[in-house]
Amino acid sequence: MCGATEGGLSLDGIDVAKEAIIQGQVVKGGEPVGNAYVRLLDRTGEFTAEVPTSATGHFRFFAGPGEWTLRTLAPKSDPVDKTVTAATGVVAEVAVAL
Amino acid sequence: MSRETALVSADWVEEHLDDPKVVLIEVDEDTTSYAKGHIRGAIKLDWTTDLQDQVRRDFVNKEQFEALLSDRGVSNDHTVVLYGGNNNWFAAYAYWYFKLYGHQDVKLLDGGRKKWELDSRELTDALPTREKTSYTAQEQDHSIRAFRDEVVAAIGAQNLVDVRSPDEYAGRLLAPAHLPQEQAQRAGHIPTAANVPWSKAANDDGTFKSDDELKQIYTEAGVDWSKDTIAYCRIGERSSHTWFVLKELLGEENVKNYDGSWTEYGSLVGVPVALGDEAGEA
Repeated sequence: MCGATEGGLSLDGIDVAKEAIIQGQVVKGGEPVGNAYVRLLDRTGEFTAEVPTSATGHFRFFAGPGEWTLRTLAPKSDPVDKTVTAATGVVAEVAVAL
Repeated sequence: MSRETALVSADWVEEHLDDPKVVLIEVDEDTTSYAKGHIRGAIKLDWTTDLQDQVRRDFVNKEQFEALLSDRGVSNDHTVVLYGGNNNWFAAYAYWYFKLYGHQDVKLLDGGRKKWELDSRELTDALPTREKTSYTAQEQDHSIRAFRDEVVAAIGAQNLVDVRSPDEYAGRLLAPAHLPQEQAQRAGHIPTAANVPWSKAANDDGTFKSDDELKQIYTEAGVDWSKDTIAYCRIGERSSHTWFVLKELLGEENVKNYDGSWTEYGSLVGVPVALGDEAGEA
């Protein structure tokens, strides 16, 4: 596979084989949420990174191999936590529903 | 400095949207954020093009900074209120930068753009117009800027605070995890540096924790308040956030930001590097 997945963010120019990618989309009631913030927490719960979602609700992290937690914050929604396992050379897809 | 002089709330900013003494400035890592909507009346500074020399790795010089602020309509007696994404990383960097060039009245919007968005406060794409000014900067204040030689000299002698995530500190990651990881520099941290991720100082919505909580976090991490402190991260923006906490919120003296940070240190020949979760020996 050459990277970018259905409707997601482009991976052009990134060597996916060297990265442990976590990406996905935030939706609410079936609609993409373009003004959410997704935080990446490490296995101890410590903050590692945060990104705002794109207009289509997409987000991406370049993590390391292992267990991670995604915490999603959005206006007028309670935070949602989802766990995910990342591995080098693999794109882990996560769907977040608020 | 103190919380009262260095920080303003979102409510304060809403009350001062039409105050001619106040200039709102948005500074983001993602330099396209401003165009997608910003606080009404806010102007934008681009940290990559406006604040950095475009050839050497350094800041714009005094004359360039004067020309920049004059062109954007900022004068010496304006109250500058900075805000941005990434929990104010780059806004804190700009805050430190304004202090470096001697701007007197500069403040940070607590929580930055994220808190503003999560509160569903108004954003606009209308561009403000401002009269040009004649801005005069001071010489750089090197009492708040650390260079590599004093960082090496501080190993085992002063407080070094590595504000990156634990995985970057240990050498398991080379950059914040929203960026690709392939980098030229070696992984690890400066020996004897305490790891206090910048994020420990902030709540989930990006606002700063209370002074008591902040003091406790750095004390427990081993910061010796009787010593001078140098904060660093990867390129000097997250450590501006921690510099802001230590110097401007907690009022500590002798706190410097090492803007060369890991991208410089991790590329130096002949300096010690520690790997793993322990601080390492001097």
